[in-house]
Amino acid sequence: MIRLSVPFRQALSRLTLPVMLMFSLGLVLIGRADQNFSGHLRTDLDDLLAPAYGLVSAPIAAAEHGTGVIGQLFDLEAENAALKAENENLLQWQAVAMALAAQNDALKATLKFVPSPTPKFYTGEVVADLGGVYARSVLVALPATNADPAGMVGAIAMDGRGVAGRVVEAGTRSARVLLITDLNSRIPVALGTAGSPALMTGTNGADPALLYWAPGQPPAEGAMVLTSAAGGAFPPGLPVGIVHYNAQNDPVVLPLADLDALRMLRLFSYPENLPVLTPIPRDTHKTSAHSRKP
Amino acid sequence: MRRRPSAWRQLDAASRYAFPVGFLIFGLFFIGLPFGLPGQAELRPVYAMACVFFWSLYRPSSLPAPIVALTGVLLDLLGISPIGLWAVLLLILQGVTLAARRRLIPQSFFLTWLVFSCFATGLCGLAWVAQSVLNLALLPPLPLMVEVLLALGLYPALAGFFIRAHRGPAAVELA
Repeated sequence: MIRLSVPFRQALSRLTLPVMLMFSLGLVLIGRADQNFSGHLRTDLDDLLAPAYGLVSAPIAAAEHGTGVIGQLFDLEAENAALKAENENLLQWQAVAMALAAQNDALKATLKFVPSPTPKFYTGEVVADLGGVYARSVLVALPATNADPAGMVGAIAMDGRGVAGRVVEAGTRSARVLLITDLNSRIPVALGTAGSPALMTGTNGADPALLYWAPGQPPAEGAMVLTSAAGGAFPPGLPVGIVHYNAQNDPVVLPLADLDALRMLRLFSYPENLPVLTPIPRDTHKTSAHSRKP
Repeated sequence: MRRRPSAWRQLDAASRYAFPVGFLIFGLFFIGLPFGLPGQAELRPVYAMACVFFWSLYRPSSLPAPIVALTGVLLDLLGISPIGLWAVLLLILQGVTLAARRRLIPQSFFLTWLVFSCFATGLCGLAWVAQSVLNLALLPPLPLMVEVLLALGLYPALAGFFIRAHRGPAAVELA
């Protein structure tokens, strides 16, 4: 160990704070100049953290699903009755759905409908809720052998019911999903049976807002909101939510996905559907920039 | 010649120095667990501010500036804020706290709490302004209020715990 004189050491300790402050300011500038810099650092950190979070998240998930937790045992009977009633209701809907599916098949056969190819998908567990103060995102653990982190960027994340968000950064073990409620989320949607176009924008609140609908055709309360292929970022027809007018009489979308309690997400990658503005993934820095169509 | 301290004393001293840093970093990760609580994202910077304020006030040597900068970078990477922003803000907090230290320490707990709330409000406001400028958009003010309320509520609880932790391993007469 090097022995320093006392005045020198005091001077050194007094200097660390300003030096670190300069260093941090420099970091802000670097982050502004190279947008990928913080993305790469974040991906590395996420890859490091995802397994650790996965380990800790498992017991929490187990507790919430009511496996052997006492709190859930008290209202088993009421829950059972509610489920039975719901099941009866759903059985009726099942009959309707089967009839509609048969009709749909018949119509498709008449139209010589070409089905869209099934995309590749991963199912991942949401291990961490890593939103910021002005950002909404979750961390999804991927299987350890995710060979194609670059292909995962831009993948569409859906829970059991609807679109939850998009993958903005992906590493070998983790993917960060920007939720549809995030301020920077903009999703072209189709409203109702007519499929009239609009734009769904995140507001950082619970329900994303609807903007830019066709003049003279305001979104109808209760209309289904599906993704639209406009702009080529999303495949058409994925369920997103339902139109609702809030207290200010502005149309918002009530998301189908349970965004406050995401546990499992399916990540569908549509490699040919990447929009031009998708951040350029790390490893294929040079090649993918050229291969992507403008 | 000074006698070399025993292994237990060394362990005690090590824990005394590692506790503030370890607890701060561990807490940042812990807040990321998917509890699904409202205001969880707002809690992370508030927690970091409370830790930095408390330790800079009562034991400045245990939280050196490089560690504070690292914490800030970690905060920026975990939550999605422009990298380096919270590093700058936390270092400013540390600088201001160190400057006001001599005047703050003899004051009552209530006054310290009030001062921390003012500092936290100022820093959260600064973060809001900086992020609005960097995003070229007016960010919603609601999270700002949540942060201020959380700062008001969190500090007494955290300080109460820290004061106990600060006394425990530090008490030489108990070792």
